[in-house]
Amino acid sequence: MSDNNTKKINVSPSALYGWLGDRIFAVSVFVLGFIVIFTTLAMAISLYYEGSEAITRFGFWGFLTGEKWDPAITMEFGAWPFIVGTVSTSLGALALSFIPAIAIAVFTAEYAPHWLSHIIENLVNLIAAVPSVVIGIWGVFVFTPWIRDTVEIPVYIWSLENAPGLTPILGNPIGYGMMTATIILTIMIIPFTTALTVDAFRMVPKEQREAASALGATKWEVIRMAVIPYSRGGILAGTMLSLGRAIGETMAVAMLIGNKNTLPFTLFGPGSTMASVIVNEFREAVENIHLTSLMAVGFYLFLISLIVNLAAAYIQRKYAVTGGRAV
Amino acid sequence: MDNVIENKLRLETIGLSVFYGENPGVKDVSLKIYDKKVTALIGPSGCGKTTFLRALNRMHDLTRGAKVTGKALIDGQDIYDPKLDPVIIRRKIGMVFQKPTPFPTMSIYDNVVAGLKLVGFRDRKLLDEVCERSLRQSALWDEVKDRLKTPGGSLSGGQQQRLSIARALAVEPEVLLMDEPTSSLDPQSTNRIEELIGELKDQVTIIIVTHNMQQASRVSDYTAFFYIGSLIEYNKTTKIFTSPDQKRTEEYITGQFG
Ligand SMILES: Nc1ncnc2c1ncn2[C@@H]1O[C@H](COP(=O)(O)OP(=O)(O)OP(=O)(O)O)[C@@H](O)[C@H]1O
Ligand SMILES: [Mg+2]
Repeated sequence: MSDNNTKKINVSPSALYGWLGDRIFAVSVFVLGFIVIFTTLAMAISLYYEGSEAITRFGFWGFLTGEKWDPAITMEFGAWPFIVGTVSTSLGALALSFIPAIAIAVFTAEYAPHWLSHIIENLVNLIAAVPSVVIGIWGVFVFTPWIRDTVEIPVYIWSLENAPGLTPILGNPIGYGMMTATIILTIMIIPFTTALTVDAFRMVPKEQREAASALGATKWEVIRMAVIPYSRGGILAGTMLSLGRAIGETMAVAMLIGNKNTLPFTLFGPGSTMASVIVNEFREAVENIHLTSLMAVGFYLFLISLIVNLAAAYIQRKYAVTGGRAV
Repeated sequence: MDNVIENKLRLETIGLSVFYGENPGVKDVSLKIYDKKVTALIGPSGCGKTTFLRALNRMHDLTRGAKVTGKALIDGQDIYDPKLDPVIIRRKIGMVFQKPTPFPTMSIYDNVVAGLKLVGFRDRKLLDEVCERSLRQSALWDEVKDRLKTPGGSLSGGQQQRLSIARALAVEPEVLLMDEPTSSLDPQSTNRIEELIGELKDQVTIIIVTHNMQQASRVSDYTAFFYIGSLIEYNKTTKIFTSPDQKRTEEYITGQFG
């Protein structure tokens, strides 16, 4: 009898571990992973290859730091103005968005009643899902005229009368320009940072909140003591991913930034970014060197985005709190 | 001899029940907790010890779906008075949780003094003193005195638990709720915590949940036996452990079930 019983539970290891299913799964995961890595690499290599004419003509650093972008006469190309444009608009948007995004996340995840936080979360996701060309067209017809008339022109007139030294920094108050693009980028990345931060807050174990409460912490003190420190990895990674999105954002920026290819850029005046110059010029690029220069800009933009995303992953790992342990 | 002095009432529950949704975690518990005494809560797993303990410092306010009915009083004052900020209650009634809960990114030092900083203490010397005292009390000082700046999350499980105890002691609570404080500790640390409970008795009212019958009989003055959410028997510890009135209590403490 007991012999029989032992036999019954003596399942063979292969059946236990579903050998064939396991293998098929492992192989397909491996193949898919390989395809992703291969595509990424292939893209980088072909971008570099297509842009190599410009990069060899002007030099790797020469192209990066070249300030001239002249597709009309001299055919000299340098990416520096666009790098300046991309870095200043995206870092500007990051700086402007960080505090509001965290504040909205704190309110949504910690303070708002359930039904309200539900609504806010859906709204945030909705804004994040609006195609950027729609935000661009809204910017063209609504936001740009508004900010020109209510902010730029009054400030410009004020500076003419009171601080003439400022006017060259402000630039022409035409609405289309660096500031407008930066603010639109801010609006576009706030939902991202907010959503990722809310997720990070929700992952904080309830024991952490309870521990702070039990010490006599008020609601805000619980957030400061337990919630934010515990979710710092997620918050930082979310911020980096938003930065990546700001760097790569093309349509809305191209529609609003005014598209000027020469430094210096001013606050109100027009400028351009790596993404905007590509979308604006690729159709008109007839000369080979112009086209390959655009490709090269694309290659550098690809590199920057890759670095930002890798940095996000690294930061998340470095600052993540796992199993109650900070590493 | 103890009976000669009339014990002072500190905490009292009258018909206290806690519901999780529809299900009661504890039902209709009336219990008197005496000042500067140690009261042990014993009973099989899931019988409602933690649930009862958390009702005393309004921790259930933080659990969605949890509802407390009946009365809980401290010094005659209603703990659940809607006009009373639970923060005030929790500053008076400290708590050590069943699971260690250090703030993982905060340094060991900051973990210990976190509660004091909340109420505005900034004096470095005082904080240093309190930190050392609390860590000595919780038998952790010797192990961490050279690395007070490292994160609390870098400690072992048992060390984290002693850190949590130190953190609760640092604010000098009048009442201390301890939910199985020694379940993750080695015998030596357990001894030390039991000694600590003896030392604290002069100043603090302690309620301790434990699964260890020897511990309950060693450290406590009163013992409450819970079973499936109900208080079955409550009396002086010596009485509970020598001649309990209820048959279930006797079966439990002699290890016949649970
Ligand atoms: N957050 C919760 N939501 C729903 N039910 C809960 C919750 N916490 C506890 N319970 C239920 O309430 C009852 C009492 O649980 P409690 O944690 O108080 O038991 P305990 O005596 O502390 O057990 P243990 O000795 O295992 O810690 C159990 O049936 C449990 O399933
Ligand atoms: Mg428990």
